[in-house]
Amino acid sequence: MTKSKSGRSAGDVKARGRKWFYTKTVKEHFFSPKNIFKTKAEAAKYKADGVGVVGSAACGDVMRMWIKVDREKDKIVDCKWMTFGCASAIASTSALSVILTERGGMKIDKALRIKPQDIVKRLGNLPAVKFHCSVLGDQALRAAINDYFKKTGQTGRIVPAN
Amino acid sequence: METYLDHAAATYVDERVKKEMDKYCLKEYGNPGSFNTVGLRAKEAVDKAREKVAGIIGAEPKEIIFTGSGTESINLAIKGVARALKKSGKGKHIITSTIEHHAVLDTCKYLEEEEGFEVTYVGVDRQGLVNPNDVESAIKEDTILISIMYANNEIGTIEPIEEIGAIARKRNVIFHTDACQAGMLDLDVRKLNADLMTLNGSKIYGPKGTGMLYVKKGTPIKPIIHGGGQEFGLRSGTENVPGIVGFAKALEIAQHERKREAKRLTKLRDALIKGLMKIPKVMLNGHPTKRLPNNVNVSILDIEGESLLLNLNEHGICASSGSACTSKSLKPSHVILALGVPAEIAHGSLRFTLGKRTTRRDIDKVVKVLPRIVERLRELSPVTIELEEKGEFKVRI
Repeated sequence: MTKSKSGRSAGDVKARGRKWFYTKTVKEHFFSPKNIFKTKAEAAKYKADGVGVVGSAACGDVMRMWIKVDREKDKIVDCKWMTFGCASAIASTSALSVILTERGGMKIDKALRIKPQDIVKRLGNLPAVKFHCSVLGDQALRAAINDYFKKTGQTGRIVPAN
Repeated sequence: METYLDHAAATYVDERVKKEMDKYCLKEYGNPGSFNTVGLRAKEAVDKAREKVAGIIGAEPKEIIFTGSGTESINLAIKGVARALKKSGKGKHIITSTIEHHAVLDTCKYLEEEEGFEVTYVGVDRQGLVNPNDVESAIKEDTILISIMYANNEIGTIEPIEEIGAIARKRNVIFHTDACQAGMLDLDVRKLNADLMTLNGSKIYGPKGTGMLYVKKGTPIKPIIHGGGQEFGLRSGTENVPGIVGFAKALEIAQHERKREAKRLTKLRDALIKGLMKIPKVMLNGHPTKRLPNNVNVSILDIEGESLLLNLNEHGICASSGSACTSKSLKPSHVILALGVPAEIAHGSLRFTLGKRTTRRDIDKVVKVLPRIVERLRELSPVTIELEEKGEFKVRI
């Protein structure tokens, strides 16, 4: 570190920039997460067609996902989420929510085929040890979709958790 | 400029230390083992450093072994004594605590798994204190070594080392203390009743890659590094002359200034604790008063530590966390877990360690910035942890 007496201006120091451990996309999602509730009160009022929770706080990652479904089109049209976890867990849920809702939503059958790798790819990669975080995103989504199937009597479509 | 509050991880080198070291990089570059003028001058520097360090900790120069790190000193102390005593048939039982640094824990584990030693890990109370009585009751016929840290690196709790040392002495068991974080405390080995004591340079504004082990005269110990027989045969390898000189200077400054600096930092520490406790659902980890003057460790409920850390980093604040995500093992801090709090809470621990350049402004900045980060992350978190009476926790998802 340089002492302020050395004549270095604050601008120089700033220009050196902050170091960031993950990719730029992870950073964007982490600091400006998409499809989130502004407050918990807003979450309580949200009318979801399906809700799914996975993970454990003791293990360090919990994700909760809410989905809205256009029944006629069999399509997820909106989703919200909450995540307890590290930056990659938060960013990966955010990225998944974007994958689901961009271009007017996603067909349920297609959403069920989302793999952890798809989320990781969207984030521009994650450190290998962090892969388990993003795995949770697709599991939370599957749980929410199953919840929707259950609520709408489509029990035959329920996908067993792996 | 970064608000650096991670001094327990590493400190900057003090200007005065660097100045002394420079001389031994550029001019006095000799090998202390050489019989020529340049080498002999280097030897003189090492001898002087040894005398200086010995004087500071109340030891004799021959009892000071310079090493390459705190970790190396710990390895030498534990493996060295254990192997020496196993050979003499005295026993194979070691006592340590559950909150030691990995350098101690993993060395003990290695001896357990690979060399047939038996280890007792004494637990701690909710504040992280080792009870000397527990240590005493763990002593068996074949106990050869007790290793308890002077002050904990994560939660800052200062252990009753004098008492534990006295027990060890009474029961004729060798006592080692890892004092890596204790550069600001009283390091007189006679008062501490220590037979071995580990220190390192990079926590006391000295160079990284330097350490020291005090070995009381007559302590049975075997080297772990073999070769040219430097450091009285206990640590072969050409002496790191600039490092040794720098370490000695750093220790001299740290101990000379320690009382004043401890007073200054204690004030700042308590101001930071007070500021953080104003945030809802924050708990202090560690002891409120038997605590390093520069350590603050809190658990912020409902949030995971890494996300806190990275948000703080974005505000230019460098701290550290006991979160699983910041460890290579992906397990939350063994120290916080040893306090008896659930893993959910260990994941949300945050450590700030203050130092020489820390000012009131740094503290104010953290207290100003953190509540907003916490609020934002709590809105994003599906987990609610309630602290109930009797210190129980209830986790809701």
